[in-house]
Amino acid sequence: MVARERPLSPHLQVYRPQITSVLSIVHRLTGVALCVGTLLLVWWLVAAAAGPDAFEAAQGFIGSIFGRLILFGWSWALLYHLCNGVRHLVWDAGYGFELDTLTRSGWLTLVVSIGLTLIAWIAGYAMMGG
Amino acid sequence: MAVRTPIGRARGLGSAKEGTHHWWMQRVTAIALVPLALWFVASVASMAGADYVAMRAWAGQPITATLLISLIVATFYHAALGMQVVYEDYVHPHWVKVVFDIATKLVFFAFAVACIFSILKLAFAA
Ligand code: HEM
Repeated sequence: MVARERPLSPHLQVYRPQITSVLSIVHRLTGVALCVGTLLLVWWLVAAAAGPDAFEAAQGFIGSIFGRLILFGWSWALLYHLCNGVRHLVWDAGYGFELDTLTRSGWLTLVVSIGLTLIAWIAGYAMMGG
Repeated sequence: MAVRTPIGRARGLGSAKEGTHHWWMQRVTAIALVPLALWFVASVASMAGADYVAMRAWAGQPITATLLISLIVATFYHAALGMQVVYEDYVHPHWVKVVFDIATKLVFFAFAVACIFSILKLAFAA
Protein backbone atom coordinates (compact mmCIF):
# COMPACT_ATOMS: atom_id res chain seq x y z
CA MET A 1 0.00 0.00 0.00
CA VAL A 2 1.31 3.42 -0.92
CA ALA A 3 1.33 5.85 1.99
CA ARG A 4 -0.35 9.10 1.07
CA GLU A 5 1.72 12.23 1.52
CA ARG A 6 -0.11 14.32 4.04
CA PRO A 7 0.98 17.57 5.63
CA LEU A 8 1.88 17.19 9.27
CA SER A 9 0.38 19.43 11.89
CA PRO A 10 1.31 21.90 13.34
CA HIS A 11 4.15 22.59 10.90
CA LEU A 12 6.17 24.77 13.23
CA GLN A 13 8.73 25.66 10.57
CA VAL A 14 6.27 27.63 8.46
CA TYR A 15 4.53 29.45 11.29
CA ARG A 16 5.62 33.01 11.93
CA PRO A 17 6.40 33.27 15.65
CA GLN A 18 3.77 35.31 17.43
CA ILE A 19 3.67 36.69 20.97
CA THR A 20 0.95 34.18 21.90
CA SER A 21 2.75 31.09 20.61
CA VAL A 22 6.18 32.15 21.87
CA LEU A 23 4.94 32.87 25.40
CA SER A 24 3.09 29.56 25.39
CA ILE A 25 6.21 27.51 24.72
CA VAL A 26 8.20 29.67 27.14
CA HIS A 27 5.69 28.74 29.86
CA ARG A 28 6.51 25.09 29.25
CA LEU A 29 10.26 25.74 29.04
CA THR A 30 10.28 27.72 32.28
CA GLY A 31 8.17 24.99 33.95
CA VAL A 32 10.76 22.36 33.05
CA ALA A 33 13.66 24.68 33.94
CA LEU A 34 12.09 25.33 37.34
CA CYS A 35 11.94 21.58 37.94
CA VAL A 36 15.70 21.41 37.38
CA GLY A 37 16.07 24.53 39.52
CA THR A 38 14.50 22.77 42.50
CA LEU A 39 17.91 21.06 42.87
CA LEU A 40 19.28 24.38 44.07
CA LEU A 41 16.43 24.79 46.55
CA VAL A 42 16.93 21.26 47.89
CA TRP A 43 20.68 21.80 48.23
CA TRP A 44 20.21 25.14 50.02
CA LEU A 45 17.70 23.78 52.59
CA VAL A 46 19.52 20.50 53.21
CA ALA A 47 22.82 22.36 53.59
CA ALA A 48 21.29 24.78 56.09
CA ALA A 49 20.06 21.84 58.13
CA ALA A 50 23.39 20.01 57.85
CA GLY A 51 25.39 22.80 59.48
CA PRO A 52 27.55 25.91 58.94
CA ASP A 53 30.17 24.30 56.67
CA ALA A 54 27.67 22.79 54.25
CA PHE A 55 25.70 26.03 54.24
CA GLU A 56 28.84 28.08 53.50
CA ALA A 57 29.57 25.82 50.54
CA ALA A 58 26.07 26.26 49.14
CA GLN A 59 26.11 30.02 49.70
CA GLY A 60 29.57 30.19 48.15
CA PHE A 61 28.31 28.58 44.97
CA ILE A 62 25.14 30.68 44.83
CA GLY A 63 27.15 33.84 45.49
CA SER A 64 29.70 33.16 42.72
CA ILE A 65 29.31 34.82 39.33
CA PHE A 66 28.08 31.54 37.84
CA GLY A 67 25.72 30.99 40.76
CA ARG A 68 24.33 34.50 40.45
CA LEU A 69 23.72 34.00 36.74
CA ILE A 70 21.80 30.81 37.45
CA LEU A 71 19.87 32.51 40.24
CA PHE A 72 19.03 35.43 37.96
CA GLY A 73 17.69 33.10 35.28
CA TRP A 74 15.85 31.10 37.91
CA SER A 75 14.20 34.17 39.42
CA TRP A 76 13.02 35.38 36.02
CA ALA A 77 11.82 31.89 35.04
CA LEU A 78 9.83 31.68 38.27
CA LEU A 79 8.34 35.16 37.97
CA TYR A 80 7.55 34.72 34.27
CA HIS A 81 5.91 31.33 34.90
CA LEU A 82 4.01 32.88 37.81
CA CYS A 83 2.69 35.83 35.77
CA ASN A 84 1.81 33.69 32.79
CA GLY A 85 0.32 31.13 35.19
CA VAL A 86 -2.06 33.83 36.44
CA ARG A 87 -2.87 34.52 32.77
CA HIS A 88 -3.69 30.81 32.41
CA LEU A 89 -5.92 30.94 35.49
CA VAL A 90 -7.82 33.91 34.06
CA TRP A 91 -8.40 31.90 30.86
CA ASP A 92 -9.53 28.93 32.94
CA ALA A 93 -12.14 31.23 34.48
CA GLY A 94 -13.29 31.96 30.94
CA TYR A 95 -11.93 35.47 30.37
CA GLY A 96 -9.40 37.14 28.11
CA PHE A 97 -9.74 35.26 24.85
CA GLU A 98 -10.28 38.22 22.49
CA LEU A 99 -7.38 38.46 20.07
CA ASP A 100 -6.27 41.96 21.08
CA THR A 101 -6.66 41.08 24.79
CA LEU A 102 -4.45 38.02 24.27
CA THR A 103 -1.75 40.13 22.65
CA ARG A 104 -1.94 42.79 25.35
CA SER A 105 -1.95 40.35 28.28
CA GLY A 106 1.03 38.62 26.66
CA TRP A 107 3.16 41.75 26.49
CA LEU A 108 1.99 42.74 29.97
CA THR A 109 3.13 39.35 31.32
CA LEU A 110 6.55 39.82 29.76
CA VAL A 111 6.99 43.37 31.05
CA VAL A 112 5.73 42.61 34.56
CA SER A 113 7.91 39.49 34.90
CA ILE A 114 11.02 41.42 33.87
CA GLY A 115 10.05 44.33 36.13
CA LEU A 116 9.53 42.09 39.18
CA THR A 117 12.83 40.32 38.53
CA LEU A 118 14.72 43.62 38.39
CA ILE A 119 12.98 44.87 41.55
CA ALA A 120 13.94 41.67 43.41
CA TRP A 121 17.58 42.00 42.33
CA ILE A 122 17.82 45.70 43.09
CA ALA A 123 16.36 44.99 46.54
CA GLY A 124 18.80 42.10 47.01
CA TYR A 125 21.84 44.21 46.13
CA ALA A 126 20.54 47.05 48.33
CA MET A 127 20.37 44.56 51.23
CA MET A 128 23.99 43.64 50.71
CA GLY A 129 24.85 47.32 50.82
CA GLY A 130 25.42 48.03 47.15
CA MET B 1 -4.95 -18.41 27.91
CA ALA B 2 -5.68 -15.18 29.70
CA VAL B 3 -7.69 -15.36 32.87
CA ARG B 4 -8.99 -11.79 32.70
CA THR B 5 -12.47 -11.01 31.45
CA PRO B 6 -12.97 -8.30 28.81
CA ILE B 7 -14.61 -5.99 31.38
CA GLY B 8 -11.69 -6.54 33.74
CA ARG B 9 -9.25 -5.46 31.08
CA ALA B 10 -11.26 -2.38 30.13
CA ARG B 11 -11.74 -1.08 33.68
CA GLY B 12 -9.47 1.68 34.79
CA LEU B 13 -8.17 2.51 31.32
CA GLY B 14 -10.47 5.45 30.71
CA SER B 15 -10.76 8.69 32.56
CA ALA B 16 -14.15 7.85 34.03
CA LYS B 17 -15.03 9.97 37.08
CA GLU B 18 -11.53 11.31 37.67
CA GLY B 19 -10.51 12.76 34.33
CA THR B 20 -10.43 16.31 35.64
CA HIS B 21 -8.56 15.56 38.85
CA HIS B 22 -5.09 16.07 37.37
CA TRP B 23 -6.10 19.31 35.68
CA TRP B 24 -7.87 20.53 38.81
CA MET B 25 -4.93 19.86 41.15
CA GLN B 26 -2.58 21.62 38.72
CA ARG B 27 -4.78 24.72 39.12
CA VAL B 28 -5.16 24.39 42.91
CA THR B 29 -1.39 24.10 43.37
CA ALA B 30 -0.86 26.99 40.93
CA ILE B 31 -3.17 29.23 42.97
CA ALA B 32 -1.34 28.28 46.17
CA LEU B 33 2.01 28.97 44.53
CA VAL B 34 1.22 32.57 43.56
CA PRO B 35 1.47 34.04 47.10
CA LEU B 36 3.99 31.42 48.27
CA ALA B 37 6.41 32.04 45.41
CA LEU B 38 6.14 35.83 45.77
CA TRP B 39 6.82 35.52 49.50
CA PHE B 40 9.80 33.26 48.81
CA VAL B 41 11.36 35.57 46.22
CA ALA B 42 10.90 38.54 48.57
CA SER B 43 12.43 36.58 51.46
CA VAL B 44 15.45 35.44 49.47
CA ALA B 45 16.02 38.97 48.16
CA SER B 46 15.83 40.41 51.67
CA MET B 47 18.31 37.79 52.89
CA ALA B 48 20.87 38.38 50.14
CA GLY B 49 24.33 38.02 51.60
CA ALA B 50 22.99 36.72 54.91
CA ASP B 51 25.22 34.37 56.89
CA TYR B 52 24.43 31.09 58.59
CA VAL B 53 23.27 32.73 61.82
CA ALA B 54 20.82 34.99 59.99
CA MET B 55 19.56 32.04 57.95
CA ARG B 56 18.96 30.03 61.13
CA ALA B 57 17.15 32.93 62.75
CA TRP B 58 14.87 33.29 59.72
CA ALA B 59 14.24 29.57 59.26
CA GLY B 60 13.67 29.10 62.98
CA GLN B 61 10.48 31.16 63.05
CA PRO B 62 7.29 29.07 63.02
CA ILE B 63 5.73 31.22 60.30
CA THR B 64 8.76 30.71 58.06
CA ALA B 65 8.71 26.96 58.56
CA THR B 66 4.98 26.80 57.87
CA LEU B 67 5.23 28.80 54.66
CA LEU B 68 8.34 26.93 53.50
CA ILE B 69 6.72 23.53 53.96
CA SER B 70 3.61 24.76 52.12
CA LEU B 71 5.83 26.02 49.31
CA ILE B 72 7.64 22.69 49.07
CA VAL B 73 4.45 20.60 49.01
CA ALA B 74 2.75 22.83 46.42
CA THR B 75 5.88 23.07 44.26
CA PHE B 76 6.64 19.36 44.03
CA TYR B 77 3.02 18.35 43.59
CA HIS B 78 2.59 20.95 40.85
CA ALA B 79 5.92 20.04 39.24
CA ALA B 80 5.11 16.32 39.16
CA LEU B 81 1.73 16.99 37.53
CA GLY B 82 3.37 19.38 35.07
CA MET B 83 6.15 17.02 34.00
CA GLN B 84 3.58 14.27 33.44
CA VAL B 85 1.85 16.46 30.82
CA VAL B 86 5.17 17.24 29.13
CA TYR B 87 6.02 13.51 28.92
CA GLU B 88 2.56 12.72 27.60
CA ASP B 89 3.18 15.14 24.73
CA TYR B 90 6.72 14.20 23.76
CA VAL B 91 7.82 10.83 25.11
CA HIS B 92 7.11 7.65 23.19
CA PRO B 93 6.70 4.69 23.31
CA HIS B 94 4.22 4.31 26.11
CA TRP B 95 6.40 2.29 28.48
CA VAL B 96 9.21 4.87 28.32
CA LYS B 97 6.72 7.59 29.21
CA VAL B 98 5.50 5.57 32.18
CA VAL B 99 9.07 4.96 33.36
CA PHE B 100 9.87 8.70 33.09
CA ASP B 101 6.71 9.63 34.94
CA ILE B 102 7.25 7.18 37.80
CA ALA B 103 10.93 8.15 38.11
CA THR B 104 10.00 11.83 38.26
CA LYS B 105 7.39 11.24 40.92
CA LEU B 106 9.76 9.18 43.07
CA VAL B 107 12.56 11.75 42.78
CA PHE B 108 10.26 14.70 43.51
CA PHE B 109 8.80 12.85 46.48
CA ALA B 110 12.29 12.24 47.85
CA PHE B 111 13.20 15.91 47.27
CA ALA B 112 10.08 17.06 49.09
CA VAL B 113 10.78 14.78 52.06
CA ALA B 114 14.41 15.96 52.25
CA CYS B 115 13.28 19.60 52.21
CA ILE B 116 10.56 19.12 54.81
CA PHE B 117 12.90 17.22 57.10
CA SER B 118 15.50 20.00 56.79
CA ILE B 119 12.92 22.71 57.49
CA LEU B 120 11.67 20.88 60.58
CA LYS B 121 15.21 20.32 61.81
CA LEU B 122 15.95 24.04 61.45
CA ALA B 123 12.66 24.93 63.12
CA PHE B 124 13.00 22.62 66.13
CA ALA B 125 16.66 23.36 66.70
CA ALA B 126 15.97 27.08 66.93
C1 HEM C 1 4.79 30.38 41.02
C2 HEM C 1 3.57 30.07 40.76
C3 HEM C 1 3.16 29.13 39.64
C4 HEM C 1 2.01 29.27 38.92
C5 HEM C 1 0.95 30.35 39.09
C6 HEM C 1 2.00 28.19 37.95
C7 HEM C 1 0.97 27.97 37.06
C8 HEM C 1 0.93 26.96 36.13
C9 HEM C 1 -0.19 26.64 35.27
C10 HEM C 1 -1.54 27.38 35.25
C11 HEM C 1 0.15 25.58 34.51
C12 HEM C 1 -0.70 24.89 33.47
C13 HEM C 1 -0.35 25.39 32.11
C14 HEM C 1 -1.10 24.69 31.01
O1 HEM C 1 -2.19 24.17 31.24
O2 HEM C 1 -0.56 24.66 29.90
C15 HEM C 1 1.51 25.23 34.86
C16 HEM C 1 2.25 24.22 34.28
C17 HEM C 1 3.48 23.79 34.72
N1 HEM C 1 4.20 24.26 35.80
FE1 HEM C 1 3.66 25.83 36.92
N2 HEM C 1 3.12 27.42 38.10
C18 HEM C 1 3.86 27.96 39.13
C19 HEM C 1 5.08 27.48 39.61
C20 HEM C 1 5.76 26.37 39.13
C21 HEM C 1 6.97 25.82 39.67
C22 HEM C 1 7.72 26.36 40.90
C23 HEM C 1 7.32 24.74 38.88
C24 HEM C 1 8.47 23.78 38.98
C25 HEM C 1 9.19 23.53 40.02
C26 HEM C 1 6.32 24.62 37.85
C27 HEM C 1 6.32 23.67 36.85
C28 HEM C 1 5.35 23.52 35.90
C29 HEM C 1 5.41 22.56 34.84
C30 HEM C 1 6.51 21.55 34.57
C31 HEM C 1 4.23 22.72 34.09
C32 HEM C 1 3.80 21.93 32.85
C33 HEM C 1 4.15 22.75 31.63
C34 HEM C 1 3.32 22.42 30.45
O3 HEM C 1 2.41 21.58 30.50
O4 HEM C 1 3.57 23.06 29.42
N3 HEM C 1 5.38 25.63 38.03
N4 HEM C 1 1.97 26.07 35.87
